[in-house]
Amino acid sequence: MIRTRGFTGRSRANADEQRVPPGQYVTDDFPVLSAGPTPHTPLDRWTLALQDGGSLVGKWTWEEFQALPQTELTVDIHCVTKWSKLGTVWEGVTIDDLLAAAGLEEPSAPHLMAHCDGGYTANLPLEDLLDGKGLVATRFDGEPLAPEHGGPARLLVPHLYFWKSAKWVRRLRFMEHDEPGFWESLGYHIYGDPWREQRYDGD
Amino acid sequence: MSSATTAIEAPPAGAAARRLAWRQAEVVERIAETPRATTLVLDVPDWPGHLAGQHVDIRLTADDGYQAQRSYSIASPPEVPRLALTITRLERGEVSPWLVDEARPGDRFELRGPIGGYFAWSVAAGGPLLLVAGGSGIAPLMAMLRHRAASGEAGRAVPARLLFSSRSYGDIIYREELERLGSAPGGLLIVHTLTHERPPPGWRGHARLIDSPMLAEVGFPPAAAPKVFVCGPTPMVEAVAEAVVSLGHDPGRVKTERFGATGGR
Repeated sequence: MIRTRGFTGRSRANADEQRVPPGQYVTDDFPVLSAGPTPHTPLDRWTLALQDGGSLVGKWTWEEFQALPQTELTVDIHCVTKWSKLGTVWEGVTIDDLLAAAGLEEPSAPHLMAHCDGGYTANLPLEDLLDGKGLVATRFDGEPLAPEHGGPARLLVPHLYFWKSAKWVRRLRFMEHDEPGFWESLGYHIYGDPWREQRYDGD
Repeated sequence: MSSATTAIEAPPAGAAARRLAWRQAEVVERIAETPRATTLVLDVPDWPGHLAGQHVDIRLTADDGYQAQRSYSIASPPEVPRLALTITRLERGEVSPWLVDEARPGDRFELRGPIGGYFAWSVAAGGPLLLVAGGSGIAPLMAMLRHRAASGEAGRAVPARLLFSSRSYGDIIYREELERLGSAPGGLLIVHTLTHERPPPGWRGHARLIDSPMLAEVGFPPAAAPKVFVCGPTPMVEAVAEAVVSLGHDPGRVKTERFGATGGR
């Protein structure tokens, strides 16, 4: 570690090491980061699909999705670009409820790839989405999720870096073996735990 | 043929990933670009090289061990051994005020990279190249233009256009260098627009926010299938990316990078 002459940093009074992972700073804004243009899929053409191997094991239209049990989560989120936002309120359908609605008692494979409008993908261990840990979120802060933040629906997996919470999600595909998604193929960490500062490959 | 294919494949699964190591960067020069933006030229021993468009993470450490990390785009091209970062001072910022106002030659901090391989371009990838920048979003696009200029004939063979939005004439980062690049022979067109202040007399650029007609006028037609890179503040990037797609460009060829006004940089 080298000291930086003349750098003092922010007041330490508000630093909450229990709540803010290493290398992160807290912001009140909601920055936008996406690799390309924001897609705008009309709700009457929106569907969410569950795919296992070559078969579709579940598919919901927007109306059908809204009729599933809705869960509200208040969580802290952590972006790999260093900002964290505390106490964010989301609403959507848990992956548990989604699997139940598809009649899947047991997940059929240990990994999952989220496929999104615009071609974005993110890989996750299924375990990280179960027991209420993962949501397909359609509302933020009491309002419909804005397109630039991933609306109409994005994945929400708050205990991993936020690129795993894939925007504009349309299809969840079970995988027997882990595969890298979009950023994971471009040098970012395959798992992405902010508390272990797993930003990049090899961290 | 098969060996050539093998050579570009990813390392075998299970190969130990090499950690992106923190390196010591030393400030060797500071260049005042505008009242709010400064370029720091850094000596980074054993820098592994980068692609134009990539960024680095930097980490500053206070006397009591407190650390702050931020990401900044690299403004220098791969051809130049020293790294240049151009930083704009953010109000209420924690790291940018130190970098813009405090950092002096001889100061050292930690840096690791290069990071990000998507928002990146090299002459080998070809063109045409349409670059759209807002404010300090010019930095990674400048790395591309500098790389193109450093690539001689191959660079000049890539038609390129830059549409650059700045608040005022005095806020145009790299203004003189851009003038030189734009007036050199070789297929680069640079168009400015000023958004917050009346342009000076004789101004030949635009004086409004970037919009669809401006992009249609400056950019290439969709049939030319340009590679489009957009970097700037979020509202500008959202508006430009949307307009470019509405003009008929393939969204898959539009790459965006944003810096949010998070008050944190």
